[in-house]
Amino acid sequence: MEISNADLTSIFNVVTSQNKWMVDLHMFTAAICTIIFMVVAGLLVAIIGKFKTSENDDGSEPKQVRGNVRLEIIWTAIPLLIVTVLGVLTAIVMLVVNPAVGSKKPDLIVVGHQWWWEYQYPKYGVTTANEFYLPLGQNSLVEVRSADVVHSFWVIAFGQKMDAIPGHPTNMWIHPTKKGLFLGTCSEYCGAQHGLMRIIANVVTPEDFETWIKAQAAIPVVSEDAKVLKGKELFNAATCVQCHRVAGNPDANALIGPDLTHLAQRKTIGAGVLENTPENLAKWVQNPQTFKPGINMPNMRLTDADAHSIAVYLESLK
Amino acid sequence: MTQGALHEPHKPVNWVADVPEYKGILSWLTSVDHKQLGILYVMSALGFLVVGALLGLTIRLQLMFPMGHVVSQDSYNQIFTMHGTTMVFFVGMPLLFGFAVYLTPLMIGARDMAFPRLNAFGYWVYIFGAIMLYFSFLAGGGPAAGWFAYPPLSEKGYLFNSGQNYWALSLFVTGIGSVATGINLIVTILTMRAPGMTLKRVPLFVWMILMDAFLVVFSLPALNAALVMILFDRILNTKFFIATMGGSPLLWQHFFWFFGHPEVYILILPGWGAVSEVIPVFSRKVIFGAGVMAASTVAITFLSFGVWVHHMFTTGLGFAPLYIFAVTSLLIAVPTGIKVWTWLATMWGGKLRFTVAMLHAMAFIIQFTIGGLSGVGFAVIPIDWQLTDSYFVVAHFHYVLVGGMLFSLISGIYYWYPKVTGRMMSETLGLWQFWSFVIGFNGTFFVMHILGILGMPRRVWTYPLGMPGWAELNFFSSCCAFILVGSIFLFIYNLVWSFYHGKIAGANPWDAWTLEWLADSPPIAENFERVPVIRSRRPLWDLKYGSGGDGEDHHA
Repeated sequence: MEISNADLTSIFNVVTSQNKWMVDLHMFTAAICTIIFMVVAGLLVAIIGKFKTSENDDGSEPKQVRGNVRLEIIWTAIPLLIVTVLGVLTAIVMLVVNPAVGSKKPDLIVVGHQWWWEYQYPKYGVTTANEFYLPLGQNSLVEVRSADVVHSFWVIAFGQKMDAIPGHPTNMWIHPTKKGLFLGTCSEYCGAQHGLMRIIANVVTPEDFETWIKAQAAIPVVSEDAKVLKGKELFNAATCVQCHRVAGNPDANALIGPDLTHLAQRKTIGAGVLENTPENLAKWVQNPQTFKPGINMPNMRLTDADAHSIAVYLESLK
Repeated sequence: MTQGALHEPHKPVNWVADVPEYKGILSWLTSVDHKQLGILYVMSALGFLVVGALLGLTIRLQLMFPMGHVVSQDSYNQIFTMHGTTMVFFVGMPLLFGFAVYLTPLMIGARDMAFPRLNAFGYWVYIFGAIMLYFSFLAGGGPAAGWFAYPPLSEKGYLFNSGQNYWALSLFVTGIGSVATGINLIVTILTMRAPGMTLKRVPLFVWMILMDAFLVVFSLPALNAALVMILFDRILNTKFFIATMGGSPLLWQHFFWFFGHPEVYILILPGWGAVSEVIPVFSRKVIFGAGVMAASTVAITFLSFGVWVHHMFTTGLGFAPLYIFAVTSLLIAVPTGIKVWTWLATMWGGKLRFTVAMLHAMAFIIQFTIGGLSGVGFAVIPIDWQLTDSYFVVAHFHYVLVGGMLFSLISGIYYWYPKVTGRMMSETLGLWQFWSFVIGFNGTFFVMHILGILGMPRRVWTYPLGMPGWAELNFFSSCCAFILVGSIFLFIYNLVWSFYHGKIAGANPWDAWTLEWLADSPPIAENFERVPVIRSRRPLWDLKYGSGGDGEDHHA
């Protein structure tokens, strides 16, 4: 789906303090590379202009030059100097962007699944899926894990990406400097739906973050509306609960698929595939394979009415 | 002929005495002749180039529009896996082996390779492996884990059809053939050179093939070992790469890239060798700084074994392990840069002839420089963190492998085709092919740099609507891909047309100076009647001008 209010997805869109350093280093390197390219291309153009064999060439051989030690030293020494400078800058930026973690506990744990993302906030006991929030102006430590195959967690404007590797948790720091909605994507090939394993990142003020995380930690109030209760009954009966968890629904405790507690608060369904509306959700619940072929949730073979009913229940989970 | 005596090439044991003489197709099927095998290698590689290019075109069609659906996501994943695997193992490797086994004996004044039967073994094992992998499509689906096949995705728990088994077996078989050919080339170059041809006097092409063969022999075993492990995991239930059972997915990545990065240099070195012959001949100048050129190749050969972790900069290995590989990856840019300066300096002050071969070599310099410089960017780890696994990488390595390797080897084909067939390739068709190749290639791949910067990841079946510039840039790239594939067909048409209608070439149509141009075109069986005593890198220049013509050469 198109997410029109998202910030520009470009690695040069500086929205974290880490990416500021990375973009500066990138620009410096790009400038050097451009100069080198201009020299090579300029020399080649000059050679083509100057040394084309003329029409009335006498057939003699040009002067045979075997080498020039001074020139050869120059074109070895200058590149060596350039890569030395780049090497030093690389170390500086690496240490600034990813300082040692020490014994610090992660603020956010990202778990890659085929083909969706799980987000855990261990300090608040909150687990959610596919959309996450970070407070503006705070340096958050993010741990990246995988539940199955290798994924890579990449919010484009945050700069750094980090692989999710089974049995090998990795860390990165994110210090957002701009509010807004930022898009990302899995960037390590992970099977059938790698292309549609989208990430939606929200950066909000610390106050809004507190409000959001408290709401997430709360158990959603299920309305006594008959339609909602009917949906809940179907949800519990139609094998949904074998994979999904909904806090406050004692039958729904499984951790295989995305946690659906507070699903109604999310903007999208299926890791960024559909806008989160009751109609879309009913279609998704009925047969997600239409929208994301190859994913692990099967065609549920529900009637339109049942699918709609389940959607009504899930959309009541605010 | 002032150098006087022409010697009979040193006569080896008659290894082919018991091979009966066949005619027609049987002569090809039973051949142990390095020239026939070289031609078979190159023709097979060009056949697979067409297949690989059509797979690539299917990728471009699928990505032409956002949320497009030309092929299913499952087919798409098989297609890009096979595109990469085909281009590296069934196009790149055989193309360079074809050049190597055809030209090496001719350029060093030998009658054949050191082990002719091993040479044939290498070729037939490659063809067998390639057919076996394509057979997987009939046996329940092709491999779908990418050419890099990272576990656990490539384990049977996630990809349970037989395609992935075929993939591992096929590359294992092909890899054994490659190691055999590598050993064969090393022995040939070290032991079968003409009298007087010291290692300092071998043509740079042969020198680079020697380094290339060392790379093959030392890097492919790492892949072969990893392939056996993944096969055991899939078939015998071992757990080499399964983290929950004590294995490590990272172990595969280390093995794969310990092979995978030298592989990049394996693919590009023969291309460097080819342009190091083409550029001097069409500039009428001796190569500038031949010693530095040879030494920088040795430096690259060694360094290329110490840079593999730069494919793993986002795996969170910690500062020190990553940084060491950033330093080596930056360092390898220096000897690579030396080569570019050397080619430019060779042209400077020469008398340039803009043949199609030379045009491809010059386009190679520009495009390879672009690919090399973006490679320097990836050595700067924070830039790698931004751009790795995005379309920027796709742009980068296509600039190296198509803009670099393929352009340089096509330059080589235009240059050596007269030697192989006795006829010149059409320069008119060649000009059309060259310009469509340049436009198609740069159009298809340059915009991918921008796509990567705008956040488009690699290996995606499709992409959402409304991403900035993605739709337009992908559409443009896909349109140019048609020109690129058209150019490849035009090249093959030129090869066929010129075989029947090209001008008769004669032994030395380019007035070149390495030993292969002394042989007839095409060369007779066992190559030479007589070989002169070699006194420099340019024996035919010596024959033409004598010792007075260019005295310095003899000290080289």
